[in-house]
Amino acid sequence: MRSNVAQYELVAPGSLDAVLALLAAEPGAWTPMAGGTELMVALGAGRLEQRKLVSLWGINELRQITANDDWLTIGAAATFSDIRENAVVAKEFPLLARAASWTGAIANQNRGTLGGNIVNASPAADSPPVLLDYEAEIELVSAQGERRMPYSEFHLGYKRTVLKPQELVKAVHLPRGRRLPVEYLRKVGTRNALAISKVALACVGAMQSGKVHVVRIAAASLRETPARLSATEAALLGHALTSERIQFARQALLQEVKPIDDIRSTANYRAHVAANLLEEFLEQMAASDSKTRP
Amino acid sequence: MSAVKMQSAEIRFKVNGAERRVNVPPMKRLLDVLREDLGLTGAKEGCSEGECGSCSVLLDGVLVNSCLVPALQVNGCEVLTVEGLATNGALAHIQQTFLELGGTQCGICTPGMMLAAESLLRKNPQPELDEIREGLAGNLCRCTGYMRIINAVRHSSQAPATAAVPAPEDAVHR
Repeated sequence: MRSNVAQYELVAPGSLDAVLALLAAEPGAWTPMAGGTELMVALGAGRLEQRKLVSLWGINELRQITANDDWLTIGAAATFSDIRENAVVAKEFPLLARAASWTGAIANQNRGTLGGNIVNASPAADSPPVLLDYEAEIELVSAQGERRMPYSEFHLGYKRTVLKPQELVKAVHLPRGRRLPVEYLRKVGTRNALAISKVALACVGAMQSGKVHVVRIAAASLRETPARLSATEAALLGHALTSERIQFARQALLQEVKPIDDIRSTANYRAHVAANLLEEFLEQMAASDSKTRP
Repeated sequence: MSAVKMQSAEIRFKVNGAERRVNVPPMKRLLDVLREDLGLTGAKEGCSEGECGSCSVLLDGVLVNSCLVPALQVNGCEVLTVEGLATNGALAHIQQTFLELGGTQCGICTPGMMLAAESLLRKNPQPELDEIREGLAGNLCRCTGYMRIINAVRHSSQAPATAAVPAPEDAVHR
């Protein structure tokens, strides 16, 4: 049943400071909304519980994408289209550009924001695994000040994050100059456009002297939050990619993931597809090594 | 329910070039403002969740699903709906090619489809087939099988605005 839209309050203070003052005055009373691609769906379906919303759309200081020598900084209200069109993202963080291109269709990408995607905290979201692989940091802001932390510490549990009621995500920072030679991203969904992932794996790595020198593996829809698969990484680090080692890594992944059965897929399917994706990535790792050897 | 204050806001924005002013709840969906308050029924309601694209309009030149845009966020903006595509009674080029190449059947998806095409062609006047498919991927059609729509967009990107458009050689589903 549709909501009675007249019962919902929406205000647009127009600046970051004004939004933060509102959040500080009544912590927890106001829900921030950027492009509305999540909350407006809930409204249309008659299940939007929050009655007081504050608009972040049009606050330019939250939408900038800027780069210095060390960091690319993406404002939380930058849209997926903004991200796709950014030259530094395209050149240095191509997996993020690809993940952005999968986040709904063009009209969704024109309104959906990176910060919204992160705060919504779906384990199936497209961008978070990539942010984990690129070792992103996240900057939070409130009227009391700012704090910054590794993005890997942001998600606490299913749909739970460290964000306090009076806080906003201000920006995501990506370290520049650390790109690794092998990058892998694959999403498995019902169709390419618009489908939410059944499972997705984002991996980066480098070989050295025939062994895995660096590897980062992050997954969507395999745990209750977007997560690095650290036991799987540990099973690979420092080892040559023999068929036995690849089997061992598959087993490590299967033990580490905690997928669920839901409307989009089953736990069993997700786990085994994830292991297959891992193997596909490891084939690319092995191939990169043979290319670099004399 | 009676204790809840009914919310209302004055929204001024431009629709198809004309200044409009409405007093509506700030969370009212742009789609409903267009259809109920302004009588512009070109944008259609399909899925109500940003999947089908039948409510697509251009907001400050950017393709959006009007079912997901709250009225307050269009204050001071400019909206283009399908009603604004034709000028002085003459069909826009994209409308002409949809008509001539059978890109329209039942018509529900057509307004959104044409605005998605318009958005694509403004940014990329000569799109490749893949780019047309991506540009239209958020707009679902259950009649045409898409080939005729894709052909209409392709011909709109190629032929001069007034020329008769020939039947495409690669059209399928005749």
